[in-house]
Amino acid sequence: MSARPLAPQSTIDLATRAGPVLILVVIVLVFGLLTPSFLAAESLSNTAKQASFIGIAAVGMVFVLLTAGIDLSVGSVMYLAPLVAGLLMRDAGLGVAAALGVCVLTGAALGALNALFIVGLRVVPFVATLATLFLFRGFGAWLTQSRQLDFPDAIRGFGLASVLGVPVPILVFAAVAVAAHVVLRHTAFGRHIYAFGNDPAAAVKAGLPVRRVQAAVYVISGTLAALAGFVVISQIGRLDAGFGRGREFDVIAAAVLGGASLFGGIGGAGSAVIGALTIQAVKAGLVFAGINLYLQPLIQGAVILFAVFFDGLREARLRALRRRVIRPRGV
Amino acid sequence: MSAILRFEELGKDWFGVPAVSNLTLDVPEGQVLGLIGENGAGKSTLMNMIGGVTEPTRGRMLWRGRPYAPASAAEASAAGIAFIHQELNLFTNLTVAENLFIDGFPRRGGLLRGLIDRGAMQRRAAGLLARLGLDVPPERTLDTLAPGERQLVEIARALHREASLIIFDEPTTSLTPRETERLFAVIEGLRAEGRTVIYISHILGDVRRLSDRIAVLRDGRLVDEGPAASFDVPRMIRSMIGRDLAAVFPERTRAPGSRPVLEVTGLSAPGVVENISLTVREGEILGLFGLMGSGRSELARLLMGLDRAAGGEVRLLGRPLAGGPRDRVRSGMAFVTENRREEGLMMDATIRENLALPGIESFSGPAGLDRGRIAATAEALRETVRLKAGDLGRQPVRALSGGNQQKVVIGKWLPVRPRLLILDEPTRGVDVGARSEIYAIADRLAAEGAGILMISSEMEELMGLCDRIAVMSRGEIVAEFARPAFEERRLLAAAFRSGAAPASEPATGTEG
Repeated sequence: MSARPLAPQSTIDLATRAGPVLILVVIVLVFGLLTPSFLAAESLSNTAKQASFIGIAAVGMVFVLLTAGIDLSVGSVMYLAPLVAGLLMRDAGLGVAAALGVCVLTGAALGALNALFIVGLRVVPFVATLATLFLFRGFGAWLTQSRQLDFPDAIRGFGLASVLGVPVPILVFAAVAVAAHVVLRHTAFGRHIYAFGNDPAAAVKAGLPVRRVQAAVYVISGTLAALAGFVVISQIGRLDAGFGRGREFDVIAAAVLGGASLFGGIGGAGSAVIGALTIQAVKAGLVFAGINLYLQPLIQGAVILFAVFFDGLREARLRALRRRVIRPRGV
Repeated sequence: MSAILRFEELGKDWFGVPAVSNLTLDVPEGQVLGLIGENGAGKSTLMNMIGGVTEPTRGRMLWRGRPYAPASAAEASAAGIAFIHQELNLFTNLTVAENLFIDGFPRRGGLLRGLIDRGAMQRRAAGLLARLGLDVPPERTLDTLAPGERQLVEIARALHREASLIIFDEPTTSLTPRETERLFAVIEGLRAEGRTVIYISHILGDVRRLSDRIAVLRDGRLVDEGPAASFDVPRMIRSMIGRDLAAVFPERTRAPGSRPVLEVTGLSAPGVVENISLTVREGEILGLFGLMGSGRSELARLLMGLDRAAGGEVRLLGRPLAGGPRDRVRSGMAFVTENRREEGLMMDATIRENLALPGIESFSGPAGLDRGRIAATAEALRETVRLKAGDLGRQPVRALSGGNQQKVVIGKWLPVRPRLLILDEPTRGVDVGARSEIYAIADRLAAEGAGILMISSEMEELMGLCDRIAVMSRGEIVAEFARPAFEERRLLAAAFRSGAAPASEPATGTEG
């Protein structure tokens, strides 16, 4: 048994990681062939900038998915957390930096509320975050009477700024993704998340701090959803009542397209990056290709379906690869 | 020799029914204690008390002379007690090294002290693995390891935690003979290091071979205990079931008929099985013997239509079968998988629901399911298969002992009167008493005219029960023996025929 070659493992790893990247490359190439201007540096940079919105939240979602949980409330957190910050900016004269802090802390608090329901009261994540989806948005609507909130102009100085030619949203996205990668891969906390997602009962028996781990992922998801919301608001300068509505699906789709499993234990920060870029590339590509506006959601849905189907094929292929061979073929 | 762990008048009740009562026993330090008993004798309950999963109702435990009352698995682990179960507590998505250090990673120094020091972790893991003779790179992901290798990783974890008492609970069920030998060598090594071992198994010969002392539980009580040298297998069986087991194997009720039930000709699936031809007749029990990985379970899956064959023909009662599993069940086939927890049962559903499932269509009428008839059928089955259970309509299958779970898996097929029953390792992890009852069910079905294909790694049970035995090796049927020609040596020789080991070691997937 010691003589078993190591090749299969690397093949499997490669195939698992390469699938989502391959899908992204194919999509970019297809749209690039349809409309070469899609491949221009500026439009690619624009696509990446827009992808950062879903991407930042998808990084948080990956943490949750790794524990085999789900967070449906991210779209509402994107709305409520910047709203709280915006109200304080308007009424208490908060600066941009302080507003960012308030927004992120509010997101963390909303995430902690999810954690309280899920870990403390043992409500199933799907149900708990479905409830807070309505709760958070409802609270925001009550605060504003569903009116649009205009932010002070100063905030756009943050969202539209660039450092060394790189737009701030992309920088924030990159920083979040790198930090998440380090946490997930190289800290005990990160490895505990994977362990918990793989086998919660074994994690308990191994004496891991499972409640803390499970609570933390929802706080992280809330925090990053709030940050994602702030990054967009700081570009457009206003917040209307429908902001973020339905975005939870984009976020979950991005994480899954990027290779995170809904069943826990599989995926990484890279999944969020690849998945968010894929979704945004499809959206932007459809606009570039001049596809009928009303057809676009249909095509987006089809692309996601195809990608997930392709992913399923890959999984089946991997299983077949790992399956024991009893006798050599063709004997 | 002093006792590392001592039970004093220990007792545990479940809903007022004692699972363990008045148990007083010493676990001598530095020795191997063999613990045997039928399913439901109280072994699991005792282990759960040691492991901090359940609390004793009466009495107490002493660990190194001090009162010991663990409140959680983590506390038992911290005290220095480790468990090696059939189901391993490992994380298949992490590397071998990460699995070893999951509860205390080596950290980097200085500014990076929040990060795992992978270099140090890899080195220390390699050291632990070397102690067990496991030649696997520590950075390999666990799910690429064979079952035997994974188990050694779990043992390495126990060594890393400096466990002084290591409890093995049926550790050999998913191991190949070679892996089993290596495990035994490791256990010898652990004892030589001065560690204490409790070894629990239904394979009595193994228990006798490994243990210094043997303790026997029956109905929650200690009924026999002494040096292993003074135990022979008949004494072990007698103590376990409280009587002599004159015949584990039933006298076959009727001789097999001549009409073929199942006819397989030239069945092939590339990389799995090649040119399989066999016949099972009415009332016949055909044994299918072979080493792990010889393709027996894979053949069963092909026969049931769970996997697709590339060529060949399967006929049931003369009619060719082409459809999937649903079609085949309708035509009268039934399959008891080797993997009752995952594939054979709905663990959290009630016993009654499980029993009713295969025949569910026959219980439904215009007004929905006929619950009265389901209940009556389930009660009748309780008698037929001698199920030791409480309220069938309330008790979940999960709460049954392994042997009784297996009786549910087999029993649920009886009402649909299968023409062909495939049993895949039906007695794995099942105690002697329940085994004998499972054999009796098989005999009874055969007497009613069903054909039975019984897959097993235990030659003894095939020789005791079957009319004929076919032997598989590397995906082919290499020999077939009629009852008068049954001989251990010849069966083994056939199983090993085409070279020693299977083409490749199992990585994952089903055994067979």
